[in-house]
Amino acid sequence: MLRYLYADELHKHPRLAEDMFRDRADQFKTRLGWDVQVNEKGEERDRYDDLNPLYVIWEEEDGGHGGSMRFLPTTGPAMVNDVFGHLTGGAPICSPLIWEVTRFCLSRTASPCTAGAIMLSGGEVMEGFGLTHIAGVFDARMVRIYRLIGSSPEILGSQGVGRDQVSVGLWPFSQADCARVAERAGIPRELSRLWFNAAFGKSGRPRFARSA
Amino acid sequence: MGTKVDLNPVLEELDGTSSLEDLERIAIAIRNKLEIDHIIYHWVDGAGDQYGCTTYSGAWEERYRERNYHRIDPVIIGCFQRFHPVDWKTLDWSGKVSKAFLQDALLHGVGNQGYSIPIRGPNGQFALFTVNHSCDDETWQEFTKTYGRDLILIAHFFNRKALEFESGRQPEQSRMLSPRELDAMTLLALGYSRAQVAHSLSISEHTLRVYIESARFKLGALNTTHAIATAMSRGLIVV
Repeated sequence: MLRYLYADELHKHPRLAEDMFRDRADQFKTRLGWDVQVNEKGEERDRYDDLNPLYVIWEEEDGGHGGSMRFLPTTGPAMVNDVFGHLTGGAPICSPLIWEVTRFCLSRTASPCTAGAIMLSGGEVMEGFGLTHIAGVFDARMVRIYRLIGSSPEILGSQGVGRDQVSVGLWPFSQADCARVAERAGIPRELSRLWFNAAFGKSGRPRFARSA
Repeated sequence: MGTKVDLNPVLEELDGTSSLEDLERIAIAIRNKLEIDHIIYHWVDGAGDQYGCTTYSGAWEERYRERNYHRIDPVIIGCFQRFHPVDWKTLDWSGKVSKAFLQDALLHGVGNQGYSIPIRGPNGQFALFTVNHSCDDETWQEFTKTYGRDLILIAHFFNRKALEFESGRQPEQSRMLSPRELDAMTLLALGYSRAQVAHSLSISEHTLRVYIESARFKLGALNTTHAIATAMSRGLIVV
């Protein structure tokens, strides 16, 4: 299932949280060789984790961490602007209706639907909170994964080549994309909305009009 | 309520404000336009100082302060450290203290429905922009569906203004349009289609959308047409 947790709620799910930060170290440091900090507990954390971001985590049947990503509003400190600002054509992405996602991470043992489920959470967040877009930073390997799960971003800019390429991309909200991602992940929208509502409110959550 | 009203003229006024009293006047104007009971803008900064404006009765304001209700108010508790908009219905009103607080609020003319937008400003500043009304759930859902995005933008415009007053500083440098944004807005003002603008700037239409979105936010506008008009009236773009 998908869990939506702000950083200050992670303590309620200690195993998930520890696994997430360790899997991030495994993915970004060990496998991708990114210049990231790993602490003595083997956890990869950065300064954006201190800003009380919202995490979405895929929890496996056995309670373990399958994968996750991190949301932050682009109106505050955000990686797309601070770290990768030179990739977006000279204008920072700054709007209350655009959030960034970073640290999209998959554990080595993630079940096959994990990437799709996490992507679907992006759709739920956009729809539930009236966002027009999500902006993301991702590595070359993800381009293929995004295509497979049925939600390719519009790439705003890239740096590096081949395996070391890092890009900033943009996902506009689209019902059709949500439906396709849900179908490929094998997760009914009703279920995914249920998980969203479990985190953000039980009763008739407003759905936003489709146009901005 | 009913058909969607045009809030852009009020936002133009908001842009020209220079004091907290002006902000209060704008809050009343927006409330009247939207035909809802109340609008509240409330800020707490890193030092714990509070500040804001409200259309609630003076009696409620006083009582809220006197009883230190901010410590138990489910809206404050539910929105603090968050950045997603919150419908009051999704908050936890079940405790004894919360129930008593709600009763007291309703007695003082606070509506049963609310939609609050938390905003994170610089240096630990936190603000909450709330619309409040008395109506049934269905009517409220329709209202938030229609105006949700506008309200999120307005909340941020309010906070930006308040930050300007607080520091006595000029509109932030970050509100200046970047060269690419200026180019995009100028071409749109000339009547180019989005496809033509994207082509002229050698960018994708999606990238163009981000430029427009950012420019719109900087200009304090709810839609592109209004953003172009504002940019022209401020002399930022010349066509």
